[in-house]
Amino acid sequence: MVQASAVEIRNLDKFYGPFQALKQIDLTIPPGKVTCLIGPSGSGKSTLLRCINFLEEYDAGEVRIDGQLIGYEGPGRKMSARKLRQMRRSIGMVFQQFNLWPHMTALENVAEGLIRVRGLGKADAATRAAEALRKVGLEDKMQNHPARLSGGQQQRVAIARAIAMEPRLMLFDEPTSALDPELVGEVLQVMKTLAGEGMTMAVVTHEMGFAAHVADQVAFMEAGELVAVNSPDAILHNPSDPRISDFLRTYHERNAF
Amino acid sequence: MELSVFQDYGPMLLRGFGVTIFCWLAGTVLGTLLGLLVALAQRYGPRPLRWLLQVYIEVIRGTPFLVQLFVLYYGGPLIGLRLDALSAGLLGLTVYGSPYFAEIFRSGFNAVPIGQIEAARAIGMAEPSIVRRILLPLGLVSALPALVNFSIILTKETVILSIITVPELMYQVQRMSTETFRYLEANLVLALFFWGLVETISRAGRRLETRITRHLIERV
Repeated sequence: MVQASAVEIRNLDKFYGPFQALKQIDLTIPPGKVTCLIGPSGSGKSTLLRCINFLEEYDAGEVRIDGQLIGYEGPGRKMSARKLRQMRRSIGMVFQQFNLWPHMTALENVAEGLIRVRGLGKADAATRAAEALRKVGLEDKMQNHPARLSGGQQQRVAIARAIAMEPRLMLFDEPTSALDPELVGEVLQVMKTLAGEGMTMAVVTHEMGFAAHVADQVAFMEAGELVAVNSPDAILHNPSDPRISDFLRTYHERNAF
Repeated sequence: MELSVFQDYGPMLLRGFGVTIFCWLAGTVLGTLLGLLVALAQRYGPRPLRWLLQVYIEVIRGTPFLVQLFVLYYGGPLIGLRLDALSAGLLGLTVYGSPYFAEIFRSGFNAVPIGQIEAARAIGMAEPSIVRRILLPLGLVSALPALVNFSIILTKETVILSIITVPELMYQVQRMSTETFRYLEANLVLALFFWGLVETISRAGRRLETRITRHLIERV
């Protein structure tokens, strides 16, 4: 079992110029549980997720990882780059576009952080990286560059790159949205395994099936607001808010044939 | 056409060509390094430095190389900068090329997808490591064709060094012309030498390009 982190988000505001992308968000992501963020495009799901590891700088409110504020030392005082890096080490992130480094092999992609951030020697890093790749079922693709891997394989390498760092929290930003439909399953399977091991996970997704079956709680966002947080069943089958039912209706219409 | 003059002037022309190649190579390497430093300082440096470097880029790009060389060689001693012709020529080429190289690097860096930088930040990599391991190698790949292209342009800028008496090929060709009145032959030789040099550089550039993009191109 992994040592899992908890995330507390309080009164979070984020502006892009005059546009308010996040409005007074309050959300608790409990340790060892899977939280799915759903909602229409542009609703602020990804922005919220990216505030958790401070890739996106929030303007007001708090994001705390195991009680520790990320990004700021106190009101208006930025955290040092060194301290921020320290905190990011235990937060893994997986991106929609995979974002593997194309000039490195799968193994090198996974080993890079172990060498540069964890300070491991090359041999140790390679052993650990190989272990992580085995875990995502890519032991036979370790020497391939990303250009020689399918989208699903690339995303699994990206997951391996994150878990090799032994994070206590994993952020997934639409991890299957850039994949061909037949490749979605292999990535979701790896995520399910990770969830089964007790990893804290925050997942921005359009995969309602994944949300329904794997999530412990589902948060629905629209227009920068957190509309509702509840069990998957309550959100997906008994929505309390018309905005949620509208979104789900559109989703079902699009997926019906 | 009278080819017998080359019996007397051939060795001198060859020496001149050697100096040309040396000036081009040194100017390109130093100019590239200076340009890289300028591009990095513009990306990561404090605002006043970035502003200052922008002025540097605009001034050097906005004035003719010939004028820069005159200022350096004849104006330099006025501020205590006494350089022999070759040193002044090399320094001149380096400075002249640097803003172009800086701009080429800037566009190369901008071509690196921000997501790949963010992926490195997300696992806690420090900015110097990110530059060395991700931004530079990937930026260099994008910048390579333009770098080769500009270094080809620089080969031909070396002829201007003849004006401050650097004994490169153009200088020797002019000497031969005035001594023998064989203007056509001398300049034809110059043209051939340059053509050969440029052809070699561009072939080498293309081979290097194929080599370093080997792993980056999707093959089914």
